[in-house]
Amino acid sequence: MGLLSDPYRRRALSRLILRLNTPLCILSYLAGLGWFLGLASLPFTLRSYMSENAMGSTMVEEQFVFGERALSYAREFAGHKKKVGGIPVAWLEKTMWNLGLEVYKQPFSRTLPFPDEMRERYMVKGTNVYGILRAPRAASTESLVLSVPCSTGQHNNQAVGLMLALASYFRGQIYWAKDIIFLVNEHDLIGMEAWLEAYHDVNVTEVLSSGMLGRAGAIQAAVSLELSSDVITSFDVAVEGLNGQLPNLDLVNLFYAFCQKNGLLCTIQGKLQRTDWDTLPAYVHSLQTLLLMVLKQGSGRPQGDHGLFLRYHIEAITVRGINSFRQYKYDMGTVGKTLEGMFRKLNNLLERLHQSYFFYLLPSLARFVSIGVYMPAFGFLILILVLKALDLWMKLSKCDAGPEEQLCDGDQGAVHAAAEESRPGLLTLVPPLLICHATGLTLYFLPVLGQHMATQHFPVSESEAVVLTVIAIYVAGLALPHNTHRVLTGCGSERGWMTLKLLSLLYLAMLLGCIALINFSLGFLLAVTMVPVAAIVQPKGPKYLYAVLLVLVTPAVTLLLSIVLYQELIEYPVSALECWQLFLQAVSEGLLDHYLYGSIVFPFIALFVYPCWLLLWNVLFWK
Amino acid sequence: MAGAGAAVLGLLLLLGSPGGSTGPPRDSLREELLLSPLPSGDLAATFQFRARWDSELHREGVSHYRLFPKALGQLISKYLVRELHLSLTQGFWRTRTWGQPYLQAPAGAELWVWFQDSVTDVDKAWKELSNILSGIFCASLNFIDSTNTVTPTASFKPLGLANVTDHHLLRYAVLPREVVCTENLTPWKKLLPCGSKAGLAVLLKAERLFHSSYHSQAVHIRPICRDASCLSVSWELRQTLTVVFDTFSVGQGKRDWSLFKMFSRTVTEACPLASESKIYVDISSKTQENELLEVTPLPLSVHEAPVQGDRRTYAVYDLLSPSLFNVSRSLNVQLKWKRPQDSLDLSTPVLHAQRYVSGYGLQTGEISTLIYNTHPYRAFPVILLETVPWYLRLYVHTLVITTKGKENKPSYIHYQPAQDRRRPHLLEMLIQLPANSVTKITIQFERALLKWTEYTPDPNHGFYVSPSVLSALVPSVIAMKAEDAEQNPLFTSLFPSSDGSSYFVRLYTEPLLVNLPTPDFSMPYNVICLTCTVVAVCYGSFYNLLTRTFHVEEPSRGGLAKRLANIIRKVRGVPPL
Repeated sequence: MGLLSDPYRRRALSRLILRLNTPLCILSYLAGLGWFLGLASLPFTLRSYMSENAMGSTMVEEQFVFGERALSYAREFAGHKKKVGGIPVAWLEKTMWNLGLEVYKQPFSRTLPFPDEMRERYMVKGTNVYGILRAPRAASTESLVLSVPCSTGQHNNQAVGLMLALASYFRGQIYWAKDIIFLVNEHDLIGMEAWLEAYHDVNVTEVLSSGMLGRAGAIQAAVSLELSSDVITSFDVAVEGLNGQLPNLDLVNLFYAFCQKNGLLCTIQGKLQRTDWDTLPAYVHSLQTLLLMVLKQGSGRPQGDHGLFLRYHIEAITVRGINSFRQYKYDMGTVGKTLEGMFRKLNNLLERLHQSYFFYLLPSLARFVSIGVYMPAFGFLILILVLKALDLWMKLSKCDAGPEEQLCDGDQGAVHAAAEESRPGLLTLVPPLLICHATGLTLYFLPVLGQHMATQHFPVSESEAVVLTVIAIYVAGLALPHNTHRVLTGCGSERGWMTLKLLSLLYLAMLLGCIALINFSLGFLLAVTMVPVAAIVQPKGPKYLYAVLLVLVTPAVTLLLSIVLYQELIEYPVSALECWQLFLQAVSEGLLDHYLYGSIVFPFIALFVYPCWLLLWNVLFWK
Repeated sequence: MAGAGAAVLGLLLLLGSPGGSTGPPRDSLREELLLSPLPSGDLAATFQFRARWDSELHREGVSHYRLFPKALGQLISKYLVRELHLSLTQGFWRTRTWGQPYLQAPAGAELWVWFQDSVTDVDKAWKELSNILSGIFCASLNFIDSTNTVTPTASFKPLGLANVTDHHLLRYAVLPREVVCTENLTPWKKLLPCGSKAGLAVLLKAERLFHSSYHSQAVHIRPICRDASCLSVSWELRQTLTVVFDTFSVGQGKRDWSLFKMFSRTVTEACPLASESKIYVDISSKTQENELLEVTPLPLSVHEAPVQGDRRTYAVYDLLSPSLFNVSRSLNVQLKWKRPQDSLDLSTPVLHAQRYVSGYGLQTGEISTLIYNTHPYRAFPVILLETVPWYLRLYVHTLVITTKGKENKPSYIHYQPAQDRRRPHLLEMLIQLPANSVTKITIQFERALLKWTEYTPDPNHGFYVSPSVLSALVPSVIAMKAEDAEQNPLFTSLFPSSDGSSYFVRLYTEPLLVNLPTPDFSMPYNVICLTCTVVAVCYGSFYNLLTRTFHVEEPSRGGLAKRLANIIRKVRGVPPL
């Protein structure tokens, strides 16, 4: 720090930054990217371990043997579901009651902001049914949740069956210290959100639900189960929740430990881990897994019903049974044993899960990258913006100092006037800022508010109208610079664009820094694309190359590229047209996620990142 | 007084002699066991042991104790206790499914004491009393201090003979975290005159009592009228123990039970010291035409009593009657359900409540209490007592009471704000519950940051908030005649009933578990080191950079002449150029 208060060294330092700016930036970008790609390799990852003492050392001996009963429940449930054409509320209530649970139901309704064409729903009405197993000699202060979505068609029947069989087995045991809630939620995430909001008596979104009668204190952990076949070959675990929140790593470790104990194959992101760690194919494999996790987390979408629990500080994972063409199959008994073991260990918890990591990336289930290891990759990228901003600032202050040196040799008044002229006050930056943010506000509000008007005037459906309006406004923003210049008459100078660029670089750095703290993946994806172009963009030089580059790194194109990358990674490549379809779908899903569950990705992009990008666009077309 | 003293002495002598039947015994013991099937199919067993002593405990010189335990008697005379109620409970009475309890207790430990008005320093007496009780019952009652003690104004009235209503003599505390187990049961059993050697107390086997859904043991001491004219005072000690057996998990779905199945013992004899020893089995059926259950052996008599606003039928087994043990040497009461119960809609009790914390995040929250009045046409008032620890900062302006969508103004509010680290919040309200309604009471709070030494060893478990207490006079279905209390079963006679149209109910809600913002205790050293380093290194430099400007001072290169001139000036004593 003494470095800065010593004028000589300061001067040397600033000279260094000015002269070596471009190489430093390039170096920093490569370091950031290299660091990130290195995260999947062995030296960066730690072997995962159980931190929580209460779950680590205690042994449980699983005795669940009622796989057959689970299947018969599943068949019965499927029959009733078919008969009722939805969730068989009465049958579930009666069955759970006969198992000795306290049974409650919760009707809810939700009108979507615009129709969801993918799942074909608009006005959603449903009922959640849940039974509470009261722990003996406990005062209902803590509970665990086992939730199963009641999906349409033939999905998840086995999950309901297994849940009921587990409930009946759990009811006979005496060791429970926490209440266990067995929840069947309808309309997957909407039902889950309705249940969670009613349980915590808050109204975050606009779900309408009638009162909730049974509660069981503070929920400590939740497991969401999805199972659609009588036998499974492997278990897949989903961890990414709303806004990229992750459950405590101990819960994932617990799942992994019990899969290993029972000899079950378990995957993450659908990828089985490889045993050879130090080979190149293994590295590529774990890098793919890591990239998939980054893409999923960056999307901010809950990757299963568990994702909504995380807002309430409830650790949760979704466990999916996969039935593929492998030879070894596991029956319901083994699956039930795994879940039993997990619940018994969670039951042993004395405190909330807090010992292990909340911020991590998983290149495989056995290894993880902690926040301290992956953050530098992002830090290097942000460093570029800071370096570039420093560079601009020093150039600007040199211009400031310039006239003053001239002061001594004569005519004060003229020089002052010149300085005034060449130095557009900060006030001139207000119009572009305001206009860009107004565009952002339009992008945020207009599509949903104006959908009815759009459907009246154009032959499109509501959801198409919303998505197309989003794209139209987004593209219309590109015409902005010409409009802002009309407001900013006569200040097109060298200093003007430099000040604007300085401002937008700092703004971008702040935005990315903030979002990376909440959702590292989103921050990193945006940074890795936007930062280099933001650093080089200027109204001089190959303007059209810059324009193309800048368009290529706009968040919308990043989304498109991410979709392509995702499809490549899951080994399901798509054609350009399909990709475009997926893109449109992703936009509408992004909006729905925001309105239905309170995801912050859409407002963050629309209200902050897009205006910031428009500022850079303004810099490019500065006259 | 001297005459009375002589009479006491004479009576004591009489009692000492075996078979002395000339005068009424100065102390007596009644024991009873009430077995009542709950609406959910579970079974509640309530033991009551009542020792009654016709003695002025507060007078000096009482030294001979027979049935009344000396440990408690001395306590009463030393600390001038008027009434003492202590309960230790593991589990939670689920009023909604189990129905109205005869005697509910909050989860954990609860202690409330009325002192005599001659006590000068109530707080000191309270502190010492709770410490002694802690020793007697092996419970953590010594954790009762000013941060969890309150003085309710309306909720807790003396249950015994008293006309004092100066509530400054009352102290009330709940420890919701207390875990109750055998070490609390053993000293409680030792207070019984027969111990667990004979009588109903042989059933009190710890391994069975704690293999249940709910376990609550209590001690109630109060002064009562000695006779109908009520000129002198007797002391009554009631020891009650309630357990709820989960017949579902024990019987693999069947809900039949027997004494042996539940307690792994049977009753062979009454306690020889007891003047009355009875087992009551609740056989009243909801519907008139069909009898659902069957008891064996056939009861010798059937007792009908109005309990909690309803007429109930009890099969009575009098252990003192010789005919009972004629057939077999031991009594094993059995109950069989004739038809399986499979009704989803249980009859809900008239008054029940639920409490929970709403909201999320670690900054603010809301305590919500739902009170249900399911009576079809009668409204009644209820007194709600909330005790909230100081580290949840209540905002009273956010208190909202709504019934059926409308605001419900309480007719009485007593609020005592908390003082940090010294006393809890106390909120008492009298709320009118309209017929067939749900009343929702919400109040917001802010979570305080504790000092780092004030966190419990397991801070991430959460902090307990004690249950709120509801006291109400619930209108009864049938008119109850005021009967002679001495003749009725014990379980009907703890709470005084004012008139026949209503009965007194005290309910407790669930304790709450609230998470407070918790620092990461695993690395305080790292954090302190890092913070100190950052502050030490950065502060000075940043301060310099922000408050000063730095200029490079060009070294003045005066020529040789200037240097010479300066030397000369120095010699002359003039400041240099």
